[in-house]
Amino acid sequence: MKEYQTITEISGPLVFVETDEPVGYDEIVEIETSDGETRRGQVLESTSDYVAIQVFEGTSGIDRKASVRFLGETMKMPVTEDLLGRVMDGTGQPIDGGPEIVPDERQDIVGAAINPFSREYPEEFIQTGVSAIDGMNTLVRGQKLPIFSASGLPHNDLALQIARQATVPEEEEGGDDEEGSEFAVIFGAMGITAEEANEFMDDFERTGALERSVVFMNLADDPAVERTITPRLALTTAEYLAFEKDYHVLVILTDMTNYCEALREIGAAREEVPGRRGYPGYMYTDLAQLYERAGRIEGREGSVTQLPILTMPGDDDTHPIPDLTGYITEGQIYIDRDLNSQGIQPPINVLPSLSRLMDDGIGEGLTRGDHADVKDQLFAAYAEGEDLRDLVNIVGREALSDLDNKYLDFADRFESEFVDQGFDTARDIDETLELGWDLLSMLPKEALNRIDEELIEENYREDEDAAAEAVEAEA
Amino acid sequence: MSQATDTDVREDGIIESVSGPVVSARDLDARMNDVVYVGSEGLMGEVIEIEGNITTIQVYEETSGVSPGEPVEGTGSPLSVDLGPGMLDAIYDGVQRPLDVLEEKMGSPYLDRGVDAPGIDLDKTWEFTPEVSAGDEVAPGDIVGTVPETPSIDHKVMVPPDYEGGEVVSAESGSFDVEETVVELDNGEEISMRQEWPVRSQRPADEKQTPTEPLVSGQRILDGLFPIAKGGTAAIPGPFGSGKTVTQHQLAKWADADIVVYVGCGERGNEMTEVIEDFPELEDPTTGNALMDRTCLIANTSNMPVAARESCVYTGITIAEYFRDMGYDVALMADSTSRWAEAMREISSRLEEMPGEEGYPAYLSARLSEFYERAGYFENINDTEGSVSVIGAVSPPGGDFSEPVTQNTLRIVKTFWALDADLAERRHFPSINWNESYSLYRDQLDDWFVENVREDWPEVRQWAIDVLDEEAELQEIVQLVGKDALPEDQQLTLEVARYLREAWLQQNAFHDVDTYCEPEKTYRIVNAIQTFNDEAFDALEAGVPVDEITDIDAAPRLNRIGVQEDYGAYVDDLEEDLAAELQEKY
Repeated sequence: MKEYQTITEISGPLVFVETDEPVGYDEIVEIETSDGETRRGQVLESTSDYVAIQVFEGTSGIDRKASVRFLGETMKMPVTEDLLGRVMDGTGQPIDGGPEIVPDERQDIVGAAINPFSREYPEEFIQTGVSAIDGMNTLVRGQKLPIFSASGLPHNDLALQIARQATVPEEEEGGDDEEGSEFAVIFGAMGITAEEANEFMDDFERTGALERSVVFMNLADDPAVERTITPRLALTTAEYLAFEKDYHVLVILTDMTNYCEALREIGAAREEVPGRRGYPGYMYTDLAQLYERAGRIEGREGSVTQLPILTMPGDDDTHPIPDLTGYITEGQIYIDRDLNSQGIQPPINVLPSLSRLMDDGIGEGLTRGDHADVKDQLFAAYAEGEDLRDLVNIVGREALSDLDNKYLDFADRFESEFVDQGFDTARDIDETLELGWDLLSMLPKEALNRIDEELIEENYREDEDAAAEAVEAEA
Repeated sequence: MSQATDTDVREDGIIESVSGPVVSARDLDARMNDVVYVGSEGLMGEVIEIEGNITTIQVYEETSGVSPGEPVEGTGSPLSVDLGPGMLDAIYDGVQRPLDVLEEKMGSPYLDRGVDAPGIDLDKTWEFTPEVSAGDEVAPGDIVGTVPETPSIDHKVMVPPDYEGGEVVSAESGSFDVEETVVELDNGEEISMRQEWPVRSQRPADEKQTPTEPLVSGQRILDGLFPIAKGGTAAIPGPFGSGKTVTQHQLAKWADADIVVYVGCGERGNEMTEVIEDFPELEDPTTGNALMDRTCLIANTSNMPVAARESCVYTGITIAEYFRDMGYDVALMADSTSRWAEAMREISSRLEEMPGEEGYPAYLSARLSEFYERAGYFENINDTEGSVSVIGAVSPPGGDFSEPVTQNTLRIVKTFWALDADLAERRHFPSINWNESYSLYRDQLDDWFVENVREDWPEVRQWAIDVLDEEAELQEIVQLVGKDALPEDQQLTLEVARYLREAWLQQNAFHDVDTYCEPEKTYRIVNAIQTFNDEAFDALEAGVPVDEITDIDAAPRLNRIGVQEDYGAYVDDLEEDLAAELQEKY
């Protein structure tokens, strides 16, 4: 292995080295500083005279005399089933003081694209126990469903609640080991604070979830450039566990906003032509290479389901990060500041939220035959109520018709009963849908135009008082 | 992807630098847009810039590990597609490599590098029946025989447009593979079932005509309010989650085109999988055969190499033009053209070109118009008539229609289906905004609807538009003072408009019956609402209070016409009941 001491330029996270032998694009590099410290990096551009290296751990302390070694291979992640229960830093080095990891395989962290022809369409319902998700925006195995949040909102609590409660209903009956596929959680943290990290770790330890989890921690004070590889390590591990070892893997990535900031930093250091708001023009492609690693593959037992979390700068969903994410992922869950200040837990705003894979994941045999109709009607009625709230502020309740008043009451109860269930309650899908019927029965039968007539006859609570009692009893 | 038929030997080059999908090579003798093979793994690429001794190449595959000093091999021919029987029922990546063959060759569900495969199966034999015999004179483009490609489509074998043509010496019927000569001409030209065409040039045609026939989509809001012509162009812009892809899928399923080319450009992998799994099971509403029999899929998902995303729309439209030349009506859906534009931007920025608006290259507008101009209703060079309709989804950042891709697209296309996040949020699907959308084909297509559906189609449609317009105005007042403050006739108009929205414009793509609505049914629904309107206003004039009118039992049944299979009898009954119930009140 050839060593160079020919660094010509150091700029931000980038180091430029003159070389006399060809170096492969994306290759891994080790840089040894004069005080003996080793830094790792990756080739960003390779020409016959020089290469540009992006250094993961930051460039401070590197000088012209630092020696640079090219390892002749692209970045690999050592993977094994024994990773379960382990905690690693953002570059994949164990930090839990456990034994050294003996890998079964070393896999390329970039990950090749899954051939669309080899994919299997995801349609297995995952019960998260959260009504606003199960009932209104159902998650399925192999889906990528981000949580759109903002600073100061409890997105972490929701992610933890999902990680704790997620099950697939049939398996509960058949027993976990029947198909040989187990559930695993991969947690990739990018630039979160030590406090947030503790919150996650405490919860993992408290619930015993840690033993079926792999944790990658890049904290807020870790080098920013390292964040660009953390999610790739996490996803490489996820793919290995899912497609080689038959696990159903849930990958939680938080916070994607920090990841994108790191991309911007590298782009700026390379003096690239910036796209919107200074983010690189290839950010869509880059994000897609992460998000598209969710899915199912024909003939393989396991699945990779992604739950990325991102905080929208200024609560603005047209900002490039949520915007590009929304175009790639299969829906999104919005955390709402107003609902949060009303104390609703989890404060999910169902109206702008969406699960694109829902229509194929629900219905007879999957959830329940009336699920689709009930969902449509709940959406329509809640939207109607939301609209009327604006009007009430101007003209007052008295000026509205009876029906309009019912819609307003419906919207209130929808939030306080259907959405607000607390972070510790798990509701199964039957409970969620029955609650939906209870609420819909506040409206006259004729107003339920999205539901099949037969279903209305079967489920409509004729007696309003009885319906109200039923709700109280359940609440 | 077709292998190059290298007639002239050209000098190979050496890689000088690598930066993502952009590679530059020294000493390479290649023409602009030639296909080259890069590095020791032979990754496919295309020449996009030549400067001095340096040739810049965009590579269609992942370039990790490629290093300077590796060879670059020229092929001497531009990026082309293989055209011949076997393209229907196929699924390709952006440079026409069949994904099923790639899976087999790579032995893995992941896309590996440096594996090539021809666009059509070279070993498969097809039953060829000649339509010419020895002694006949044939010109370029002429049909010389047919091959039953799928139960729905007869593939027509044509003299390639770049041949000279002449007298047929022999024409044989029987079983051949695509490379065997089936027809021989006196000037020595041999015609096989396979031909090649460079993707970036338009296939020749005689004359572009004004389209007069609608591409019937079975979607009420499209056929009823904003129809697209066979040979027309349409854009569907909308923010994420507003239903672009569902609308595109609906069109691919139900449009009455002979052939559908569906280009998934930089979109989700699972969406393409859905198409691959669903289409073979769905029935083509016109022929009753499997939908896949008339469909060609091109899938370049968002995580597949960006350069191939740039080329996939060209691959798609070239295949569409080839079927047009046979006299078929082809519909091409591109989902999404924004991803294509972004691929151009990405490559352009790697080339350090001076950016135009929002970082897009200055030639964005030229490329878009060049692409959409390849659509049209054509008189082909073999005197058949065929059409290519192009429907492009646009994904504007933040749902802002003022961005460059949407604006440049709108300058070219004649149909605009504006998707609306507000409608989507209240689950009004298809969430096409009826106030913003338009179709410039409406008038030229009226004759067809008058002739084939009902004579008063234009009048009925205009009535619906007027009611919806009036509703939009009234809603502004309602926002301020509430509905009850309006005079009774205006309250009634709002009620009628509500039925137009809920019973007519809304359509459930996931309901077995409602997913496809023939023009006759589209007419009957709006007509039933008009009946309600007329009877209701008569009642109002006779002094019946508006609350009693809107409360009648029959009215909500309007919302259920869409899901009725036997809608004729249902509407007849309903219209009678509406009239009876309302007339009873005075």
